Amino acid sequence: MIAALRPMMKTHRLVMLGLAVGAVAWCAYALRWDWIPTYWNNGLILTGLETTLSLLAFSWTIGLFFAIWLGLAQASGPWYLALPAKGFCSLIRGTPLLLQLWFFYYGIGSTFQQFPWIRHSWAWTYLREAWPYALMTLTLSFAGYEGEVMRGAFLGVPKGQLESARAFGMTRFTILRRIWLPQAVQRVLPTLGGETVLQLKATPLVATITVVDLYNVSQTVRQDTYVIYEPLLLLAAVYMAITGVIVLIFRWLEHRVPSKVA
Amino acid sequence: MFDAISHLFDPGQALGLLAYAPPGWGGNLLAGLGRSIEIAVGAYAVGLTIGIFGAFGKIYGGEVTRDIFGIYTTVVRAVPELVEILILYYLVPQVVNSILLSFGYDRVSLPQMPVGILVLGVVLGAYMTEVLRGSILAVPQGQIEAARAYGMPPLLLARRIIFPQMMANAIPGMANLWLNATKDTALLAVIGFNELTLTTMQGAATTKNYFVFFIAAGLMYLVISIVSGRFFARIERWARRGQPLVRGGGI
Repeated sequence: MIAALRPMMKTHRLVMLGLAVGAVAWCAYALRWDWIPTYWNNGLILTGLETTLSLLAFSWTIGLFFAIWLGLAQASGPWYLALPAKGFCSLIRGTPLLLQLWFFYYGIGSTFQQFPWIRHSWAWTYLREAWPYALMTLTLSFAGYEGEVMRGAFLGVPKGQLESARAFGMTRFTILRRIWLPQAVQRVLPTLGGETVLQLKATPLVATITVVDLYNVSQTVRQDTYVIYEPLLLLAAVYMAITGVIVLIFRWLEHRVPSKVA
Repeated sequence: MFDAISHLFDPGQALGLLAYAPPGWGGNLLAGLGRSIEIAVGAYAVGLTIGIFGAFGKIYGGEVTRDIFGIYTTVVRAVPELVEILILYYLVPQVVNSILLSFGYDRVSLPQMPVGILVLGVVLGAYMTEVLRGSILAVPQGQIEAARAYGMPPLLLARRIIFPQMMANAIPGMANLWLNATKDTALLAVIGFNELTLTTMQGAATTKNYFVFFIAAGLMYLVISIVSGRFFARIERWARRGQPLVRGGGI
């Protein structure tokens, strides 16, 4: 414990720490925070947090699943798989997420309602809401960015590993499952941590298509109470805390995975 | 041939909505594209300036400088750009005005564009600091020591030894940041900047023809990223001249 605190025991760091504590105390004292209990009690803050976190978790999981195949197609697929995969990744990486989001929600979403048979089907209960479009866009975006990352990771695994696996008579799927994918994932972990933070920072955009995430809640508070800065400051602090948790999780993961890369 | 293509843009034809002159939206879209590029270039210049100072400050600066830049890069990279843009967008004019008022001047209303450029530049600067820092650290230590041993003054050392060798490592990261800058300009649409994405949305909402507009805007962004990918690949080849070949480059 003492050893952990030692890096902080320098004069300028103590001064900075004091300044930071002072700034926080000033914020707590001089700014308006009386709106917090209202919005905590009516559940809006928790709803927003839940939406943000679940959008992140689901788009991360589904997106990474697609990304593995996109990376694999680009790294070793035949041209009729590699070319579309590369095109998809370039398309996603070359256009702003906001444009993609609005394209899916306003463009495709408004097309759906022109067809009566869609409006009368079971899917309409989901298609008329905003979150499926948000989730789909975020998932496709994550898949596009990570597909490129996974391509590099697959190509980075030493050829000898795959050759010896083949020499042992492993089937192609077993090679992927036992040899290729684990080593690729191991290489990609540090990058993946950063990309996860980027994905978290992409989620507030869904507020522009009326999904009630954390950012949207802060905008609601600002419009209701005319308090300008305080909700934004709290929002920034919450995002920083989530980022911190993500960084810690990935640091723990990297420590768990043996890091001796041949 | 050219005639047939230009007829596509006549009113009522497939691309009539994108014609250059009103009632087509082509002129507006191009103006939006121009503003997007202007913001991106400005923000990139601001970010590069901050990044150069930040990188050298983080490596060669004193303890206080290093910690300050450390806090800057950590905080800026941990908070969503949208939130930062909102905070700074309201904060910058207020700070400027309160400084002006305290010196006895009148309030000014700051023009939108420079504030937007500055805000995006500050965000970009944090990432640029890290890219440049990494590439400076990748320059072999012996090179710098040898230059110091010959008595090179720090500025000459930076210009003749560090800069040429760090460029090759820095270009890929800088290319990524340029692409991020062009895409981040779209975020300014949320606070009412009339750049490409917002103009597209306005055109699409007015004409109810979402696909034409969004695909046109997407193609414009794609052209930017492909052209600048080529451009950066060429610069990287130049920066790597004389070094062993590595694969890479380009989107």
